[in-house]
Amino acid sequence: MNDLVAKGIHAWFGKRLVLEDVNLEFAHGTVTALIGPSGCGKSTFIRTLNRMHEFVPEARFAGQVLLGGNDVYAQGEDVTKVRLRIGMVFQKPNPFPSMTIRENVLAGPKLARIKVDDKTTLVEKSLHQAGLWNEVKDRLNEPALALSGGQQQRLCIARSLAVDPKVLLMDEPCSALDPASTLRVEETIDDIKHDVTVVIVTHNMQQAGRVSDYTAFFLAELGEPGRMVEYGETKQIFSNPRDNRTERYVTGQFG
Amino acid sequence: MSDAAVQPREITTSPRPSDRVFRGIVTAGGLTSLVVLALIAIFLYVKSHAVFTTFGWHFITDANWTPDDSVKMSTGHYGIGAMLVGTLITSVMAIIFAVPVAIGLALFLTHYAPHWMRAPLTLLVDLMAAIPSVVYGLWGFFVLMPMAINWSMLINHYLGFIPIFSVPVPIFDRSPFIASLVLAVMIVPIITAIAREVYAQAPRDHIEAAYALGSTKWAAMRAVVLPHGRAGVIGGTMLGLGRALGETVAVYMVLNLVYSVNFHVLQSAGGSVASMIVNKFGEATSFEVQGLMAAGLVLFLLTLLVNFAADLVVRLASKGA
Repeated sequence: MNDLVAKGIHAWFGKRLVLEDVNLEFAHGTVTALIGPSGCGKSTFIRTLNRMHEFVPEARFAGQVLLGGNDVYAQGEDVTKVRLRIGMVFQKPNPFPSMTIRENVLAGPKLARIKVDDKTTLVEKSLHQAGLWNEVKDRLNEPALALSGGQQQRLCIARSLAVDPKVLLMDEPCSALDPASTLRVEETIDDIKHDVTVVIVTHNMQQAGRVSDYTAFFLAELGEPGRMVEYGETKQIFSNPRDNRTERYVTGQFG
Repeated sequence: MSDAAVQPREITTSPRPSDRVFRGIVTAGGLTSLVVLALIAIFLYVKSHAVFTTFGWHFITDANWTPDDSVKMSTGHYGIGAMLVGTLITSVMAIIFAVPVAIGLALFLTHYAPHWMRAPLTLLVDLMAAIPSVVYGLWGFFVLMPMAINWSMLINHYLGFIPIFSVPVPIFDRSPFIASLVLAVMIVPIITAIAREVYAQAPRDHIEAAYALGSTKWAAMRAVVLPHGRAGVIGGTMLGLGRALGETVAVYMVLNLVYSVNFHVLQSAGGSVASMIVNKFGEATSFEVQGLMAAGLVLFLLTLLVNFAADLVVRLASKGA
């Protein structure tokens, strides 16, 4: 009952339609990769799923996002509760600079005023899941900014996991990371995917192939809004795409 | 040739004439302000050193101001203790009133107000800083004071058991409390301007990170925006304190200057070094003028100290962040 369903998603910035009629289902416990060239609306799409889209001034939206059957855009829906269930990891690592490593992991429960009985266990478990525990276990009280970029990103993943989300949205989480850190993030995705539905935006086709079960290909033709061109099992998208444009993109002929 | 024999080359650059001219202009500009500052300090000291040699530390610690121009300086007595204490009391109270208002205002202007409202409202707040202080004085006297007297009575009635809120002589007008309210209104725009600047620079991605964790707007402000702006707000507060310490006319109009130290902030008796100088200058004797110069020098050094402290605090705080 924790499936995430996007129905007829449209998004505008001001009067400009940037995303048109996207329909996707994310079954619980699966990893879905969103691929496509820059400006195709995949980041905009992922930000509509946890209602981050509306922070952009002039941003508008149409459609439905159903989590366990409930529309997260429904009137009276508590948006902070929505974001607790649908977590997000951003492109640029963004740990809170004024907090220590430990405080960063605990930031979610603290900000959302959730009582944590055993903070030490939660910190250890979350950092374990993010593959960071061994590197930081002896310096949990150091400032988060003392970590390297790759470590900071894994800290952000640990921070997102600490509130026990049902869905984790990852918006190009590895684009600023070195290959070793990228590998660790991919291992993390493998570890958590049985409990958490993962939606990942990526520019890296090999990464999409390695981590995802399903892949959706987005494309914005010149002067047109972004649309979803093709969706299917990752194997099929990469080996035997139905759409000619998908084939040209995944074989590196454009984008 | 072995590597050890290699010496670093001397690298020279010869700036173009236009660079040299520009460098000369900005250097001159920078030095001018230092020279002016030094000249003011020297002028004050030359005009007033007799006061310091005659009274020493008593000039600062004594509350007694009794001019006498008969024979020599020491026949009178000059001490600014009460004025100095009064200045500090009203200024610190003004900061206590102004800082929360300024923080709230800055947060509103940068993160809460609708977009169309931000620019005009910011302009209005900035304009508050441009109102002449004598106008604040008039407003304080005729508008604020009649109301503030009632607030004073209320505070005194319910909190009078706390020593500073007790009033030995029940006169409530022209008190340090009222003066500090006027000062607070005057320094709110300064603190707001700086707080607004630093709050606006709070990184978007950190704010989004907070939201993405299910935080409310206020929690995001507390987790990201307020810590980000802390150093700037402290610096702005110190600037406001500097302005409050030196404020003259507005305080003069709403404060009853009394030459004995008074900690009863609701009572009609207070002190202000700057206002005292204005008050006495017109009919001062030659020795008394020297005393006023000395008072000016003390005030000058005090504000200088506060500004240095502000700079230091900002550096330390931004290093910690």
